[in-house]
Amino acid sequence: MAIARFWRETPRRYNLGGSRCTNCRTVYFPPRSVCPTCSTHRQSIGKLEPFQLSGEGEVITYSVVHDAAEGFEMQVPYVVALVRTREGPTLTGQVVDVDPHTVRIGLKVRATFRKLREDGRAGVIHYGYKFAPADSGGAAPAPRGPRGTAPVAPGPGAGAARA
Amino acid sequence: MDAGIVSYGAYVPRYRITPEEIGKVWGTDGTAMGQGLNVHRKSVPAPDEDTITISTEALRTALLRGAIDPQELGAIYVGSESHPYAVKPTASVVAQAVGATPNLTAADFEFACKAGTAAIQTCLGLVASGMIRYGVAIGSDTSQGAPGDALEYSASAGGAALVIGRERVIAQVHRTLSYTTDTPDFWRREGQRYPSHGGRFTGEPAYFRHVGECARRIMEEVGTTPRDYAHVVFHQPNGKFPQRIGKQLGFTDEQMRYGLVTPYIGNTYSGAALLGLANVLDRAAPGQRILVVGYGSGAGSDAFDIETTDEIARFDRSYGLPVQEYLDQGIELNYATYAKYRGKIHMGGT
Amino acid sequence: MREVAILGAGMTRFGELWDRSFREIGIEAGFQALVDAKLSSGDLGALYMGNMASGSLIDQEHIAPLILDYAGLAGHHLEAVRIEGGGASGALALHQGYLAVASGAHDFVVVGGAEKLTDVADTEANRIINSTADHEWEEVFGATLPALWAMMARRHMHDYGTTREALASVAVQAHEMGAKNPNAHYRNRLTLDQVLRATPVAEPLGMLDCAPLSDGAAAVVLGPLERARKFTDTPIRIVASQVACDTMALHHRRDLTTIDSTVVAAKRAFAQARRAPEDVGVAEVHDGFTISALLALEDLGFVPKGQSGPAFAAGQFALGQKLTVNPSGGLKAQGCPFGAVGVAQAVEVVRQLRGEAKERQAPATNLGLLHDVGGTGATSVVHLLERVN
Repeated sequence: MAIARFWRETPRRYNLGGSRCTNCRTVYFPPRSVCPTCSTHRQSIGKLEPFQLSGEGEVITYSVVHDAAEGFEMQVPYVVALVRTREGPTLTGQVVDVDPHTVRIGLKVRATFRKLREDGRAGVIHYGYKFAPADSGGAAPAPRGPRGTAPVAPGPGAGAARA
Repeated sequence: MDAGIVSYGAYVPRYRITPEEIGKVWGTDGTAMGQGLNVHRKSVPAPDEDTITISTEALRTALLRGAIDPQELGAIYVGSESHPYAVKPTASVVAQAVGATPNLTAADFEFACKAGTAAIQTCLGLVASGMIRYGVAIGSDTSQGAPGDALEYSASAGGAALVIGRERVIAQVHRTLSYTTDTPDFWRREGQRYPSHGGRFTGEPAYFRHVGECARRIMEEVGTTPRDYAHVVFHQPNGKFPQRIGKQLGFTDEQMRYGLVTPYIGNTYSGAALLGLANVLDRAAPGQRILVVGYGSGAGSDAFDIETTDEIARFDRSYGLPVQEYLDQGIELNYATYAKYRGKIHMGGT
Repeated sequence: MREVAILGAGMTRFGELWDRSFREIGIEAGFQALVDAKLSSGDLGALYMGNMASGSLIDQEHIAPLILDYAGLAGHHLEAVRIEGGGASGALALHQGYLAVASGAHDFVVVGGAEKLTDVADTEANRIINSTADHEWEEVFGATLPALWAMMARRHMHDYGTTREALASVAVQAHEMGAKNPNAHYRNRLTLDQVLRATPVAEPLGMLDCAPLSDGAAAVVLGPLERARKFTDTPIRIVASQVACDTMALHHRRDLTTIDSTVVAAKRAFAQARRAPEDVGVAEVHDGFTISALLALEDLGFVPKGQSGPAFAAGQFALGQKLTVNPSGGLKAQGCPFGAVGVAQAVEVVRQLRGEAKERQAPATNLGLLHDVGGTGATSVVHLLERVN
């Protein structure tokens, strides 16, 4: 069922909750249960811990989309980009609040929270991350790791690191 | 009262439209309309923005500025008259999106434009009583006026979030009180797309009576006069009403200056008074007294007597944007694009 | 392992086949291949059908026995299996057929590929095609399949100075070949200017950088090489059949301008055949988008990294050159019925190696390459075919 399929991903889609291998320290998004870096020697199975991404990153490539994905029809032309995050993982996401033709490889962006799509006029509304130019002021995702562990990347804007 | 504002954040969508542009479509003098309302631009949400996304952005900023662990939030209340769902809370999505779930209470408030200030009062009570450590009050809207209606020149989108608590308070709330009657000046019936209003009836018997009475009563109870306040913030359905009530009560333009944001972004409904307060807090020095009087049609006013503390000098505003930037910036839309973004164009298909 | 040969090949016309159903085109291709192989259906051991999304496109899963049944073979109770790997489904079916014959599990098998894309609205077809990339982490966030390839193109332009014109030259050459191919979806020639000025789809790619939504089917008959002479004078030996996979999502790739799965599949294939890229005279490569062909030429080892654009634009891979690329017109002009593509590539190279390609015949060569890609490169399949003299 489409509701459950989306709902179970909300920690990732809303909050950029990834995972980190406790063996090799590589960060993954979306979270993985087996580390691709260590998997050949099976050292990583069961050794990945939740890890919170800051939502800050840089556009490494992009496209201005005119033939929209489902649910994005009202936004054409829109920008979709691959964003290399500060912590390492690269994410696919829309870049909003920007003139599409001013986007460049190297543009600094930060995660923002937007509607992704709606299941028709009467259905559930799905939300998740998009990106906006870093200077546009949107706040990064929740400053949080899972309760008790709170692994947060170092550096400015890391949220709970300051708490 | 042992509770106050610990942190705050604001968010206003990027797009703008002018009264001139709206007037062109409906054959009215938009410039005159804008001057009459003292609204020169209004904000427009992008197609992927709604009350939930605006609330989330505002609260994320507040949590980062205050370095508050979202797991310490005991309550999130979102006041709005444009909750995306008629049934299913805005507040639970916001709670999830800021990482505050599951150990908290959350609910949506509705009282026309004062649902956000009602949420502040609820949080003050919960915090002051010791039931929760931090409570969040959000006022946020993506309000709509019917095409061609006078409301269309002002109804806009935006919101602000306040974190209420007892520790590291940047603005102490000394007193809050309300003034409530059954006055049908503005409403939207279940299932109706656009609100209806009583035209000029929204003035004297509604906005002016409630805001005026509420302001006078709180100053009387705490023993202040307008001269005691550095800033005053009124609910601002347009740019004229708050100026008029301010004058009537004896406030100067200087006192009203920063609390008035509607001329630049339009009426953000439940967000309006909170955005005005956020703009004041962006600039306030320690020891400044602020009077806030919200208003919601139907009708009621909530007043707050607030005083900034020494803590505000140390408050880190480096996350998010100051309200002033939202007032200055924006990408102007033509009416056709605005109509598309606001769902005012009838689309074919199912 | 036994040596495996292609004994017969057949395909339908590709295009908008409004009056023909999925099962009709599947059977037509299969019978053409059987007739070409001079084989009777009684000799067959199995049917492997490449198909990407029949369940979504025609509301019909379980299509392998369906085709078998309407081919009149239900009574033989053959093994019939559908194979899916996005756009690489057909090539994967060929790989499966190869393994079945090579292992001795079966002597003679039909490998088919069929897709019917025009029984749903274009928006629906596009949605289904997008699902060959990572739906949950790419498409949900607004990335269509064209947008993902466009992002590879953008990065290739950024890293290597590849021009928009070089990309467009791929489409121009494809249509030049398509004009010579009676089975092609598009038989019109294009100018560079037409490609450059086409409606944008996902910048930098425009409509004429993208392969069309086509219906079509193709089939080949495989058998052991040692028995091939009984059926054909020109058996085509499968000298390599290799599949390699990579991360599902583009954003997890090592390099955005290299399809590692293609690099690895090609390396393994050339090693298996004990041949080198220079030995190849004709190649059918994945050109679902113009950038796809440029990446393929680099990843397969035909040009150094970053140099495919100028090489292609200079006509280095045109008909009559040392290496002719996509004489069929490729996915771009011959058409793109997803599950049929990999098998149609085999049909074309068989005809090229036999010298039966008429107007679009490449110079005589004994080695041809097939390259098919699923999604944005999560699956790549490379086959090397050799004419046995």
